[in-house]
Amino acid sequence: MRRKPYGQKGMVVAMDILSYTAAGLAAAIKEGRTTAVEAMEAALARIDTAEKDINAYITVDREGALRAAAAAQEKIERGELTGPLAGVPAAVKDNLCTAGMRTTCASKILENFVPAFSAEAVLNLERAGAVVIGKTNMDEFAMGSTTETSAYGETRNPRNPAHVPGGSSGGSAAAVAAGECFFALGSDTGGSIRQPAGFCGVVGMKPTYGTVSRYGLIAYGSSLDQIGPLARDVTDCAVILEAIASHDGKDSTSVERTDTHFTEALVADVKGMKIGIPRDYFGEGLDPAVKDAVLAAAKRLERNGAVVEEFDLSLVEYAIPTYYTIAAAEASSNLERFDGIKYGYRAAEAGGLHEMYKKTRSEGFGAEVKRRIMLGSFVLSSGYYDAYYLKALKVKAMIKKAFDEAFAKYDVILGPVAPTTAPRLGESLSDPLKMYLGDIYTIAVNLAGLPAISVPCGQDAQGLPIGLQLIADSFQEKKLFRAAYSHETFERMEG
Amino acid sequence: MANVITDETIDYVGILAKLELSGEEKEQAKKDMGRMLDYIDKLGELDTDGVEPMSHVFPVQNVFREDVITNGDGSADALKNAPGEKDNMFMAPRTFEA
Amino acid sequence: MAKQYETVIGLEVHVELATRTKIFCGCSTAFGGAPNTHTCPVCTGMPGSLPVLNRQVVNYAIAVGLATNCSITQYCKFDRKNYFYPDNPQNYQISQLYLPICTNGRVEIETQDGKKSVGIHEIHMEEDAGKLIHDEWEDCSLVDYNRSGVPLIEIVSEPDMRSAEEVIAYLEKLRMLIQYLGASDCKLNEGSMRADVNLSVREAGAKEFGTRTEMKNLNSFRAITHAIEGERERQIELLEAGQQVIQETRRWDDAKEYSYAMRSKEDAQDYRYFPDPDLVPVYISDEWIEEIRAGLPEFREEKMRRYRESFDIPEYDIGILTDSKHLADLFEETVAVCNQPKKVSNWLMGETLRLLRERNMDAGDIRFSPDNLAKLISLTDSRAINSSVAKEVFEVMFEENVDPERYVEEKGLKTVNDEGALRETIEKVLAQNPQSVEDYRNGKEKAIGFLVGQTMKAMKGKADPAAVNGILKELL
Repeated sequence: MRRKPYGQKGMVVAMDILSYTAAGLAAAIKEGRTTAVEAMEAALARIDTAEKDINAYITVDREGALRAAAAAQEKIERGELTGPLAGVPAAVKDNLCTAGMRTTCASKILENFVPAFSAEAVLNLERAGAVVIGKTNMDEFAMGSTTETSAYGETRNPRNPAHVPGGSSGGSAAAVAAGECFFALGSDTGGSIRQPAGFCGVVGMKPTYGTVSRYGLIAYGSSLDQIGPLARDVTDCAVILEAIASHDGKDSTSVERTDTHFTEALVADVKGMKIGIPRDYFGEGLDPAVKDAVLAAAKRLERNGAVVEEFDLSLVEYAIPTYYTIAAAEASSNLERFDGIKYGYRAAEAGGLHEMYKKTRSEGFGAEVKRRIMLGSFVLSSGYYDAYYLKALKVKAMIKKAFDEAFAKYDVILGPVAPTTAPRLGESLSDPLKMYLGDIYTIAVNLAGLPAISVPCGQDAQGLPIGLQLIADSFQEKKLFRAAYSHETFERMEG
Repeated sequence: MANVITDETIDYVGILAKLELSGEEKEQAKKDMGRMLDYIDKLGELDTDGVEPMSHVFPVQNVFREDVITNGDGSADALKNAPGEKDNMFMAPRTFEA
Repeated sequence: MAKQYETVIGLEVHVELATRTKIFCGCSTAFGGAPNTHTCPVCTGMPGSLPVLNRQVVNYAIAVGLATNCSITQYCKFDRKNYFYPDNPQNYQISQLYLPICTNGRVEIETQDGKKSVGIHEIHMEEDAGKLIHDEWEDCSLVDYNRSGVPLIEIVSEPDMRSAEEVIAYLEKLRMLIQYLGASDCKLNEGSMRADVNLSVREAGAKEFGTRTEMKNLNSFRAITHAIEGERERQIELLEAGQQVIQETRRWDDAKEYSYAMRSKEDAQDYRYFPDPDLVPVYISDEWIEEIRAGLPEFREEKMRRYRESFDIPEYDIGILTDSKHLADLFEETVAVCNQPKKVSNWLMGETLRLLRERNMDAGDIRFSPDNLAKLISLTDSRAINSSVAKEVFEVMFEENVDPERYVEEKGLKTVNDEGALRETIEKVLAQNPQSVEDYRNGKEKAIGFLVGQTMKAMKGKADPAAVNGILKELL
């Protein structure tokens, strides 16, 4: 399947290559219709033309990428590299460690940090044959929904550079949408894959917690973080997830699964599938264009045999305060290690140890990160733990239970990814609380550890993409892929 | 605003989190934290009596390593990003009071 | 008359567990590596690294819990204790606050005042910190993370002790139990056992506890005793002067015999504990507990009882032999080979302890095998070597664990039992020492000692002194 890529410039050959999906490109390389090096050159050429507008990358390892592509091509020709992503150029969010390649988390505090090891997900990607181009921009330490909190400049939405790409995996979503890579990895703590995928018109998937090893993912909210793919279509997402999912002895929360042949579920058939639409997801604050597009997608699935029903999920408005309590608490602790002693930025010394700590961290972290660290430190502090943190863990249990009850009735829950399409640059940061409210449909999924996918389902009057979110019960990615693949197929057929 | 964050609270949290805020940042932080806490207070509407706090969303337990040495000398990797290094050790501001 | 005060003491004892690897990563726990050579991303707090629990740490913690009569928490978890310090690479320590692995135990101690029970409030598992070295030249601190992540258990007692003597008895008891379990060597001077003393005073008869202080950096029983005495006096002086004791942590300076407060305005003592999301709960089944219980060793008291019944050795020897499990094991294993408890005990109590003391070693450092000690005993029993040669051989065996039979053979140290050769040597000695012969014959019985000595010298020590004596008397 080919899509119209971003921009009009570039060679004809390059354009052709860039219109491949990841799986399509891997097949073309395998069949000798193109090479890993040509694909990499095309992606790098696109980066050259697009980056000044988009700024999807923090680091592009041009020479390393070309070298790795050439090595991959040789191995493919010798029959040594046969993985499903063999030779495919990929981008990696800059909170995933890459051995020998700078990893910043879009923060000044890690501006010179070069990890000694690669994240397990990156290693799995490389085992499947993918070649890493570089590291994508993000909200600093994944805290944000717009990719504007990056210390390396904001990323812009390839569909309209006056708008944000969403976040925090905004660089990954934009790179995929702009043809600056064939797919990307992101991380999703409260919607950070699904929301930018929705804003940029690509497919983004957050797997069940524990499906992809977190080893090498620089933690934000450890109990919520999960790595997942951003890609051009549902098939790519399934292929990529199949490649990166693994049981990892280095991650205690990694889950042993045998049902990870996700591509088997790519069937355009929803006959008898029970789809629940939470009424609570269609209330106040939802942009009518988004609402219409999402409900149209539901109707289309119904016409094709799905049993679609509205229901009350309940507790939806409690997900955001629960999330911000838990995520901020965990983040305040996870980010303590950035202290100027072992790695990263260190402020010029003044007045001893504690001064150094304070200066390093105050100068090294941006405003949003500091805001969440302060909040997290407060909710864990003496006298407040029970009232805030423990309370949030209890509400989390109630939210999980509400989903359990829903999934007793439905195979999949369908709703919007975000209440609006991508906001304009600079609109969101002035009011953090308002920005947080934009996560209302994605956040509960992380609290309950569920898998969810964001697939394009139209656009608004300005031409900005609208994302459809499908949520399944834990470990039911296959249902999700089947529903998403069906949506994608029927939408293309029926228009 | 129900939650009024005082200067003392912000200073205290700054000590815990090792963050030093400028006067302006401090005012903003007081406002932001107060608003967030007001918002979080919404959880108080829910009766959570008898609900078991959930840290882990799945009942995974007993994940262990066996007591076998798998790592060798990691000092070069450990130190390569260090802002200050001496004699194969990390350099930190002095920790002992003069 | 001055008021009478009672001292109330509770202990927090940290014990380094004898695992091969650290608590959350596969790095070695061995002592003495060059700085940071036993480190990896996990124990240096690298971004993206994650901890995975060492099963053996749980096994040891359960064993110590059972040995101290604790309840085992069958569903336990790890929490993060957040505080900034350079020896703590993540700036949080993984520990247990909410659900520690063992609770509510007790141990029996005995002092001059009699027996008493000391309650164990809890035992929890946690990771050790790295080491800080002050660099005078650069005026900075240097950090070595080799010890970072070494597994510890912290044993928190109830405030049940009333004197330094009881504290020492309690620590000795813990040391003995844990050493018998093989869970740690418990050396105060090397830091594998560390005791923090919580102390308060109150007027005799008072119901309420006074305000307590916590004292750290106590590296010997002597330091503990002095620190307790010093802190008791300091608190009483404050109270007598109408002042209050401040709840604080104090550091003991052993050289100055003085403690000082470790206060800092940057030290909020608010650790913001919360369950570590990177680690999953530990569920300890009844079967697991029973398996550990079944593997518990015979502890000292039982062993002493058995020794009294089975072996004809003095009570004093029993005390010394069982003071170290290593020594007791060596004793029993050697007796199992040679069935000579008295002689084995003599070798251990005499030459072995002498050499250990001389070389500043302890029983855990003994290298010779029970088999070799048994062989040495058999060599002396059969009079194949005499006692002074035996001591010489033992010393070599102590150093290098040589096989005494082979060593005696190789070095030609066997007693010469060829009577002809002996007689010949003695005749020569008599010829060379007419004065002594004369003396003996004139009734100076002592002169024979000199002649025995001369003979032994001529035989290079390889003669049986009894045989020499016999022949001498005959010839004279």
